[in-house]
Amino acid sequence: MNIKILGALSAVALLAACSTPATTTPATPAPVASSIVPGSQEDLVANVGDRVFYDFNKSGLRDDAKATLDKQAAWLAKYATNNVQIAGNCDERGTEEYNLALGNRRANAAAAYLKAKGVAAARMTTISYGKDRPTAQGSTEQAWAQNRNAITSVR
Amino acid sequence: MIYIPNTSVGRRRLIASAAVLLAAAPVPVFAEPAAPSGAKGGGQSAVIDVDRARSEPIPIAVPDLGGPDGASAQLGHEIAGVISADLARSGLFRLIDQSAFIQAGAVTSGAPNFANWKPTGAQALVTGSVQILGGGQVRVEFRLWDILPQTQIQGTAYTTTQGNWRRIAHIMADVIYERLLGEKGYFDTRIVYISATGPRDRRTKRLAIMDQDSENNRLLTDGSWLVLTPRFHPTRDEIAFMSYANNRPRVYLFNLSSGQQRLLGDFAGMTFAPRFSPDGSGVIMAVANGGGSDIVSMDLSTHSPRRLTNSGSIDVSPCFSPDGSQIAFASDRGGDQQIYVMGAGGGDAKRISFGNGKYATPVWSPRGDLIAFTRYAGDTSNFAIGVMHPDGSGERILSEGWLVEGPTFAPNGRVLMFWRETRSQDSRGRGFSSRLVSVDITGFNERPAETPTDASDPAWSPLGT
Repeated sequence: MNIKILGALSAVALLAACSTPATTTPATPAPVASSIVPGSQEDLVANVGDRVFYDFNKSGLRDDAKATLDKQAAWLAKYATNNVQIAGNCDERGTEEYNLALGNRRANAAAAYLKAKGVAAARMTTISYGKDRPTAQGSTEQAWAQNRNAITSVR
Repeated sequence: MIYIPNTSVGRRRLIASAAVLLAAAPVPVFAEPAAPSGAKGGGQSAVIDVDRARSEPIPIAVPDLGGPDGASAQLGHEIAGVISADLARSGLFRLIDQSAFIQAGAVTSGAPNFANWKPTGAQALVTGSVQILGGGQVRVEFRLWDILPQTQIQGTAYTTTQGNWRRIAHIMADVIYERLLGEKGYFDTRIVYISATGPRDRRTKRLAIMDQDSENNRLLTDGSWLVLTPRFHPTRDEIAFMSYANNRPRVYLFNLSSGQQRLLGDFAGMTFAPRFSPDGSGVIMAVANGGGSDIVSMDLSTHSPRRLTNSGSIDVSPCFSPDGSQIAFASDRGGDQQIYVMGAGGGDAKRISFGNGKYATPVWSPRGDLIAFTRYAGDTSNFAIGVMHPDGSGERILSEGWLVEGPTFAPNGRVLMFWRETRSQDSRGRGFSSRLVSVDITGFNERPAETPTDASDPAWSPLGT
């Protein structure tokens, strides 16, 4: 019975995602000739950068991360109706429970930076997936570097 | 695998009756739990001796239980098989091969002919019979014999529903274990864990539960949401776990009898790493607080939370001592993650881990004498599962590997289960696996716990649940 309840919640979440206001008139032409809708998640990924990376067991923002977050803040100022979720992730070289906390700390660090750059806190939610949502499936330093991140996604 | 969302997996009220069988004449009854002669130390005190696994396991003969008809005899054969597998898997018994038996067939009732059993080298013998009754009931009678003094150590008859035959076999194995080793067994127990399927970047994780011998595997959630870290209630058919339901990662309670889930508490941020208090009246867990996390206890009747730490650092993985007076947890308040112990009401915490590396997932032994942990450096060096005394002394590593994590104690404190991951061999994650493993607290007798899928996050149930 409870499974049915969860299913209902899932449907609600999907509707909410669909109801995110779409930008009807692009403020500027897309920088590349494509079908990417300005202000969309695809736009964020292709033209801004949806994620920042962290050093091992760290949540401090590196210069490259700050540069990406600066661009995210500008993008969010431009598309002021977009709300975002910031998901913190970790590599596989830690324990599950600690990594849940570390992912939370990483997401919080990115959100705090965006807030300082003028993004309203009410537009941002954070979530941590610990080591459970790796982007790269390998067990190499290169894969781990990709998996230590905070990913911004339009909600 | 079949997902059965609305099937109760509650297990209370199993045995309709359990009667003590008097020793079969003319053998006298011995009230004392007698260790077989020749067993190391003889009495009860030798039992948790960490050298036990290095000394000779107890040789025991478990012939098929007899029965008055074909179906009963077949069940007697299967029950003997479950008992034998339990005892053998513990590493503390050596099962005499049935081909060495002099007496063919079952010893159904009364005293065995000891002359037939002494030459097999067995010190202990199990005999018994099964009778399938009407109405789906079954009566299982068994006796445990000490062969050299020719005495009956135990005689019991159980009546239960036939569907419970595996549990009856585990209960009998626990009786044998306890009477011969002088401590409680752990065979009538279950493991709750996380079943994982799919590629690493799109894993589907489900709550799953199985008997400790990997039988009766069931999925408890359908994989719609990520679930993690299930833990058993000490007395009820209930587990605490973490679910990402509605994309809000929180601790939930799952009633195994009704299948109902309910959110625990009302917190703005993520709640995770739950464990029940030893008396079952509360849950202790971690609650995200800004960039850190605090240890919070929740009373399950009032639902009032009590914040026990507020260090600004990551405080996580709390676990009560079995007497409820202390809490072990992991914290990075000193830089690297280490294990700390504080009073159950919070306050000053004392660091107890001082070896090389980071220390995580402290779990107090049900016996109170050890804290198990995960140790790691975070680089390409091995992870380790170990134990130390609650004051931090006597650290011993029980198992190592590319990734080993998350120990859980069997209810008698004698065996640990954890999970072991193998390394991805390429960028598509090939070669990666995640499996459950058990090991004796001596570090001997490591063996896989079979699961139908990849598995992690094992938690051992209390005995008899």
